[in-house]
Amino acid sequence: MIIKVFLIASVAMAGWWLLRSSGGRQLAATRLGGLLFAASWVTAVMAPDLVSRVANLMGVGRGTDLVLYLLVVAFLFSSIAQRQRLRTVEERLATVARSQALLELELARRTDERERVPES
Amino acid sequence: MDQTTVVLVPMYNEASVVGTVVAELREHFATIVCVDDGSSDDSASVARTAGALVLRHPVNLGQGAALQTGFDLLSRRPGTGLTVTFDADGQHRVADAVAMVEASRRTGVDVLLGSRALGSTTDQPLARRLLLAAALRYSRWSTGLALTDTHNGLRVLSRRAIGAIRLRQPGMAYATELESAITQSRLSWAEHPTTIAYTEYSRRKGQSNLNAFNIVYDLTSQRLRSAL
Repeated sequence: MIIKVFLIASVAMAGWWLLRSSGGRQLAATRLGGLLFAASWVTAVMAPDLVSRVANLMGVGRGTDLVLYLLVVAFLFSSIAQRQRLRTVEERLATVARSQALLELELARRTDERERVPES
Repeated sequence: MDQTTVVLVPMYNEASVVGTVVAELREHFATIVCVDDGSSDDSASVARTAGALVLRHPVNLGQGAALQTGFDLLSRRPGTGLTVTFDADGQHRVADAVAMVEASRRTGVDVLLGSRALGSTTDQPLARRLLLAAALRYSRWSTGLALTDTHNGLRVLSRRAIGAIRLRQPGMAYATELESAITQSRLSWAEHPTTIAYTEYSRRKGQSNLNAFNIVYDLTSQRLRSAL
């Protein structure tokens, strides 16, 4: 029984964290997926037999195996999504750094010109 | 003194050598542009004191990103003729750069690549030789160009080439990306013999041999993505 409380509490906390930290750019699909995941997680914890029955229907021996397989797939997708996000962020960072470098140079050039004017 | 050619030197923590490199280049070229890729030492002020124009990345992005920053500046700057890319660690000879600029002017080629295979190399470690052989085979396969060397930092680029090349790989994989741009933008190209001196310094500073795997991985995934 203690494990059930712990597992459900953990997913509830994860859900709360997800909702709290999400910005406006979060996709509806991701949110829906998260809610669906939370619901199925609670169901699976409350009724382990149900997971086993679904597993048998899909040709998987045990419910735990089914959960593990789904977890691996979910992890794979989430890693790829993170990688792509990181890549986009890196490209943006390069663009920002580049424009800052060019701006700095332009600024230095103009300051030089202004300093030179009184001399001439 | 060459007034229209610009030498582009990407640098990252090279304060101990970049001053000499810039000073030597200044004997032949009027404009030296150093792109400081977020160095934590005083590379930028050393290069500036030596007479270079210095651009600074606020954070470290990689050599490919540093070169692209230089290209962005030079493609906007009026009066830029040819652009020479030159490593900051002192492995290239200034005489090679001068000879390559002359050859590029004579032939009017868009991209002139330095080649160790046509020239010579001093004290190249065995591991580096094997790594470069593999990198070369990969570059030939992925770009379709009959190259004799790759990842040689010494190149001469025309204004047209500077405008056509857009490096998106921030790290070392940019070398093959640059070669691919030759095919994609139908730039004319040639190779020119150069000498690389593997000094104790450049060996210590150079990229690790394991990084070759990263380069191949980056480029293959990029190729697959553009094929999809």
